[in-house]
Amino acid sequence: MIRALVVLLALWPAAAPAQELSRDFGPDTAPETLLLRSTTDLAVLGPVVEAFLDTRPGLRVAFEQWGSNPLYRLQSEDCAAGRAGADLVISSAVHQMVDLVNEGCARPYRSALTAALPDALSWRDELWGVTREPAVMVYNRERVAPAQVPRSRFDLLDLLRPTESPFRGRVATYDIERSGLGFLFAFADSMEASTFGGLMESFGRSGAVATCCSAEIIDGVAEGRYLVAYNVLGSYALARARRDERLGVVAPEDYTLMLSRAAMIPRVAGNPRAAAQFVDFLLSPEGRQALEAALLIVRLEAEDGAALDRTAETPERPIPLSPALLIALDAHKRALFGARWRDAFPAAGGTAP
Amino acid sequence: MAETPAPPVRTLSLKSRVALAVGAVLLLGGVVVLAVALAYGRQAAREAYDRLLVGAASDIAASMSVRDGAVVVDMPVSAFQMLALAPEDRIRYRVIGPDGATLTGSDAAPLPPEREGVGPVFYDGDLGAEPGRYVAVTRRFAERGFSGPVRVLLGQTTRARAALARDIAQGALAVLAAAGVVIGLFAWLATRSALRPLQRLGGALAERDPTDLTPLALPMPSEIAPMLGALNGFMGRLDRQLAASRNLIGDAAHQLRTPVAAIRAQAQLAQDECDPEARARILGRIHERSVGLSRLLDRMLDRALIIHRTDTAPRAALDLRDVALEVFEEVDAAAIAPGARVRLDLPPGPLVVRGDALSLTEAGKNLLANALAHGRAPIRLGVAREGGRARLFVRDAGPGPSEAVLSGLGARFTSGAPGGSGLGLAIAREVAESHGGALLLGRSGDGFEAALALPRAGAA
Repeated sequence: MIRALVVLLALWPAAAPAQELSRDFGPDTAPETLLLRSTTDLAVLGPVVEAFLDTRPGLRVAFEQWGSNPLYRLQSEDCAAGRAGADLVISSAVHQMVDLVNEGCARPYRSALTAALPDALSWRDELWGVTREPAVMVYNRERVAPAQVPRSRFDLLDLLRPTESPFRGRVATYDIERSGLGFLFAFADSMEASTFGGLMESFGRSGAVATCCSAEIIDGVAEGRYLVAYNVLGSYALARARRDERLGVVAPEDYTLMLSRAAMIPRVAGNPRAAAQFVDFLLSPEGRQALEAALLIVRLEAEDGAALDRTAETPERPIPLSPALLIALDAHKRALFGARWRDAFPAAGGTAP
Repeated sequence: MAETPAPPVRTLSLKSRVALAVGAVLLLGGVVVLAVALAYGRQAAREAYDRLLVGAASDIAASMSVRDGAVVVDMPVSAFQMLALAPEDRIRYRVIGPDGATLTGSDAAPLPPEREGVGPVFYDGDLGAEPGRYVAVTRRFAERGFSGPVRVLLGQTTRARAALARDIAQGALAVLAAAGVVIGLFAWLATRSALRPLQRLGGALAERDPTDLTPLALPMPSEIAPMLGALNGFMGRLDRQLAASRNLIGDAAHQLRTPVAAIRAQAQLAQDECDPEARARILGRIHERSVGLSRLLDRMLDRALIIHRTDTAPRAALDLRDVALEVFEEVDAAAIAPGARVRLDLPPGPLVVRGDALSLTEAGKNLLANALAHGRAPIRLGVAREGGRARLFVRDAGPGPSEAVLSGLGARFTSGAPGGSGLGLAIAREVAESHGGALLLGRSGDGFEAALALPRAGAA
């Protein structure tokens, strides 16, 4: 309990601002409004919202960009109070979304498009995985020789093993205590493969750096402060790599985690019809095209080339929208996982006891 | 132009009746099977998913350990993967320490009912807005730093259970429907095959020559055989009546032609006769012949009537002594044989036969009249029991007719004596036979006896 509280306190500074950004799309005079709360950057998801509004005149979309933890807290409160807040919630913290659905906070919706989703990407007709974003490794092309570029987690382990390795202290990943997404990727890794234990140990021994936020990590790699970043969200990494020649992106060939941001219509939504239409749009061919243009859907085989390195047989492991993700929210599990993490990254965050 | 007979009133066909009966049985069976299948499905689904639930809860209980004097739950993924076998169901769990405080999980999970068992406790409870099924598993710790029971509460919504119960019931219903189709098909085939003899019978009747009234000889199942028997009996009666009519006409033609011709000839003679005395004699003969002719006509009509009655009159139980009395009273003995006396010989108790009183009386009168006309006094009219039969007899003291005459007696127009029409015994014989009995003629002790031997009612 105490540890959970500490984790919560550690999250508190990030939770303080209610919402990070907000913007309205569509005509002010529109008779209907859809309140969309999302963890996705406004700049990234905005064009997709505009594409949706092209097909749906007479609708205004009020877009609020949130941090995943405040969003989760807000939705839980709205649900408990029966308060009409967001009409649609899209979050990358899918374990939190699974928990919201598990608590009965979502409204079911079924259409031909939602029914066509694979089982792993929908739950109870209340939660749908709308994006496909790989967790990738980013490296600095100028400082990492092509022969040294890690293709898999095993390669990364090998790079970190020698005591005089130039990679020591120059590998970065998310600080799971500050990044919900980082925690999710680390947790999914721990469920996926035993490699992760070794990797964490290796990170610890080699003095790897745990830090917050995709932008900071990618900046660090571009500037050469880090040589390799592990488990970076592919959409951000690819967007940066297209503009910045210094950055290289690898989809690990042992397996590549695929995150599907989850969309849910809250049970007390004020405009569930428009929300359902938006969900259908996101799952429709036009919507998928818009998401692909926004790099929220990354098709590994299509991206292969200048920006992304992968081999043909890279297995994709989607993070399934299933109740098993509830474990990621379990207080004891988080405390245990966090303790292991702190053993590997004793310097991270500085708030660890 | 013959009137077309009204079409027979059609009632519900046998096939429809069988279809209705089979349908009703299937419907009733279907309702029962559905209820049973639903109950069984619910039970089976409950047991299957309860096992899953307790497996997952035990998994969680096993993952608990004591560290630094506190229980730590390293929540196992396998438990949740097990629960994900009900993929659409929500989950709620809660681990409670000895002091009742929630160690981890949701405070909203309801506590089990107050029944502290050793094994897992299953109970129903709400899971948010949906009904849920919970299990409580207790693990006891007794370690240096920590001791006491730790309870794991684990619940799941019931969608998968309901779906499984529905699947099982649907499976049972599908089997029932298939069985229903098969049963229906067999019922239809069975009815068709059962009704085929009736069609054959109808066909055989339709193909028959209209004048052919001989019995139908068709192999028939035992249920239909009585109907065929009745039909054959009916045709037999029809045949006898037709024959009787034919006989009447034939007899009339044959018997009446000669006397009428004789009377005509006598009348011709009388016309031509001038001598009043001779004419009177001829007229006397004409009268005599006319009387004979009228008696003959009476007999013939009587016989036709009796034969008609024997086939058509309803058979009633009657006391043969009443018949004998009736005969005794109706025969004017003095008119036939002046001076003759008839003695009645009746037993004290009733002697019951089934028959037509009028026909039997007529036959008895014929026998008595014969005895009076041809026999020798004393004459006895009586009734006697003889085993399973009852006899209505007329006895006289005479020797009876000769052996040669006796053998021909009873056939039509075979008179044993001059002046007899030859119909009396024939009528008596036909009445006796139509009642299932016989006409017995023969010497008896010191005289001659004619008797109607009839089966007694009640004597098998």
